[in-house]
Amino acid sequence: MTAATAKLVGKRVVNRRYFLTKLSQGAACLAAVASFPHLVFAQWSEAAFGAKELEKAIAERYPELTIEDSDAITLKVPAIAENGAVVPVTVKTDMADVSSISLFVEKNPTPLSASFYLTPGSVAEVSVRLRMGETSNLVALVEAGGKLYRAQQEVKVTIGGCGG
Amino acid sequence: MKIKAKVKGDAVAVKMLINHVMETGRRKDESGELIPAHYIKEVVAKHQDAVVFSAHLGTAVSKDPYLSFKFKGGASGESISVTWVDSQGETETKESIIK
Repeated sequence: MTAATAKLVGKRVVNRRYFLTKLSQGAACLAAVASFPHLVFAQWSEAAFGAKELEKAIAERYPELTIEDSDAITLKVPAIAENGAVVPVTVKTDMADVSSISLFVEKNPTPLSASFYLTPGSVAEVSVRLRMGETSNLVALVEAGGKLYRAQQEVKVTIGGCGG
Repeated sequence: MKIKAKVKGDAVAVKMLINHVMETGRRKDESGELIPAHYIKEVVAKHQDAVVFSAHLGTAVSKDPYLSFKFKGGASGESISVTWVDSQGETETKESIIK
């Protein structure tokens, strides 16, 4: 074997090793993505949950959907919340084909509070307890049949829920 | 985590109470240091291995989150399981029988 061919073979080996290494890295990466604890098909959205303004949060959560106010949504919240750390919220609707319900507290540092994903077997009725830093509008958006509907109500907060 | 699932009319009402600090990342401890964010981001509920409800949560959800939802197609004696994952990758799954 001449020095030149040895060099060539060596290079080829390196190339194959390089290729195999990259291939295994790629596979490991895919496996890592697949095994990362993701429970839902829709991804938890950093852009929507991190948005600091209501409009931005809504636009990130529901891009391309326009909002329509609706009387068909029942939003049950206290008119006055003595303790902003625990504000009970219930959203209910008889609308058909509800795929998601999201709650926003307009004046919280990040308004998007929670998004619920419903299934065809779901009854559109969800409850949760939220923190409210100060008196604010609580906005409930219901996604049904490819449209977005809104109900909102002001909650007066006596003691804010975001302090120490 | 406590789960209560009960048949009510033609649906099953599921209530859950999860023990979790739900730290926002905006609170300071006694020495004035920011307490790192640590909160539940995802909750998934399954009835006989089919997802019946899921939620994405943010830091505005109260400490020790309470959630409830309803679904159709469940019967007394069948199982329901709930799994949550938080912002630090911790997770818990619990099963309960529908009453």
